[in-house]
Amino acid sequence: MTGKLTLAALSLLAGTAHAADPAAVDARNLAANCTPCHSADAPEPNAIPRIAGLPAAKILHRLQAFRNGEAPATVMHQIVRGYSDQELALIANHLAIPAMPASDKR
Amino acid sequence: MNRRRFLSRLGLAATIPAASLLGACSSPPRRGAPHVVVVGGGYGGATTAKYLRMWSAGGIEVTLIERAARFISCPMSNLVLAGLRNIDELTADYERLRTRWGVRIVLDEVSHVDVSRRELRLARNGAIGFDRVVLAPGVDFLAEEVTGLAGNFERIPHAWKAGPQTELLRRQIEAMPEGGVFALHVPKSPYRCPPGPYERACLVAQYLRARKPRAKLLLLDANSEIQSKKALFAASFAGPYKDIIEYRPDSTLLSVDARTLSAELEFDRIRADVLNVVPPMRAGRLADALGVPLTNGRWIDVDWRTMAVRGLPGIHAIGDAVLAAPGMPKSGHIANQQAKLAAAAIMELLAGRTPNPVPTLLNTCYSFVDDRNAIHVATVHRYDAAQGTVLPVAGAGGLSSSASEEEGRYAEAWARNIRADMLA
Repeated sequence: MTGKLTLAALSLLAGTAHAADPAAVDARNLAANCTPCHSADAPEPNAIPRIAGLPAAKILHRLQAFRNGEAPATVMHQIVRGYSDQELALIANHLAIPAMPASDKR
Repeated sequence: MNRRRFLSRLGLAATIPAASLLGACSSPPRRGAPHVVVVGGGYGGATTAKYLRMWSAGGIEVTLIERAARFISCPMSNLVLAGLRNIDELTADYERLRTRWGVRIVLDEVSHVDVSRRELRLARNGAIGFDRVVLAPGVDFLAEEVTGLAGNFERIPHAWKAGPQTELLRRQIEAMPEGGVFALHVPKSPYRCPPGPYERACLVAQYLRARKPRAKLLLLDANSEIQSKKALFAASFAGPYKDIIEYRPDSTLLSVDARTLSAELEFDRIRADVLNVVPPMRAGRLADALGVPLTNGRWIDVDWRTMAVRGLPGIHAIGDAVLAAPGMPKSGHIANQQAKLAAAAIMELLAGRTPNPVPTLLNTCYSFVDDRNAIHVATVHRYDAAQGTVLPVAGAGGLSSSASEEEGRYAEAWARNIRADMLA
């Protein structure tokens, strides 16, 4: 659709309340880089740590520790070097949002 | 399509507030909500469908068109060849996409894409309109590029799309005689899953060593070197599999004989007991329905900010069918990332906003070198406005230092988790 929807439709289309906030959208998009491995829907037990819903400060501290070489890693130290401090903070904040409940909608 | 036409097609006056339509009801088709059709239910397509529904909180109607009722994962399918997994463990259905996320699943095949009318024609279910469409058709094989290969995939399996072909090749490997020869041909890049053939060589070699004394594995590579995780695979070929795997670079396959299982290469002739040819490949043939030229006649060229097909507004393409950006592999993981890039861009475009100008993608790819030990390659990719493409982020990413059991556990978890990310 090339035309624009009305403002009301637009906010509905945005779906979640935060989605019209550009920083929240950036955070959501960046955090989506993490979820193939760290999916909130991943089964337990799991060799790959579950991050979703942890406190943002704890996630960010861990990401920074990977980058500083303070936390042992096989791959995370290589990955975090692709993101700025600000981006890591956005990612941590987004992943800290409680995951959508897994109950079926209909 | 503009809003007026969009609404008039629904038989509604343009004065009705769109908001009242969007909130109408929750069972598809929800008249008034924008409708995105995703074609192809692999790692890319299924992820797009889920994320469009999840991120829009149901505000976008999503239809997923897929030929097969069940998803079968290519990643991990080399383990089936070595007898380490059952194909059922790699198989899943689309039920959660439907029940949890409200994706409309249509088991059908697209026969035609009408770009100007924004309509897909299906083989069995008539036509379906869309506001935007995401094509995720994967790859099709160019068997005709190897003389004698076309029509002979039962005798000379590719096993490069998981399913019956995987099980067929497994049976052939099991039936190999002692001292037999397994020949595996790697096509010229780009092809789906760059490390896949080398992982296959390792896993089959480990099986042969245990079960088929004196058997050999000829790894015939059309490329001049190992295409992914080179040093790590080379260490396995020269180490544990030294007496089994013979790696021959620059071995372009010219012809095969399905009766004798012999193969003519550019500089050589071989005969095998099991001949496994990964054929040259191209974008799934659905790409031909777009009426735009494919790059090198094979791949769909996209705008990396939106995954929109160049020259076709409203049409997006993702996954292995897309002309890869520099340093970007054709992997399930990258398809997952392109899916989210496309979903995010489509939401912004439908809302009349500008999509993220610097999308970032992450690739992490594990390969097993035996039944327990795995290796990885990771890369971060970011849009570069000056170059107009996505480029690997300098200083980020890397390889395993060596194969490890720890990474073997991560590789297993990766496979389960990425499936949950797309289908749960």
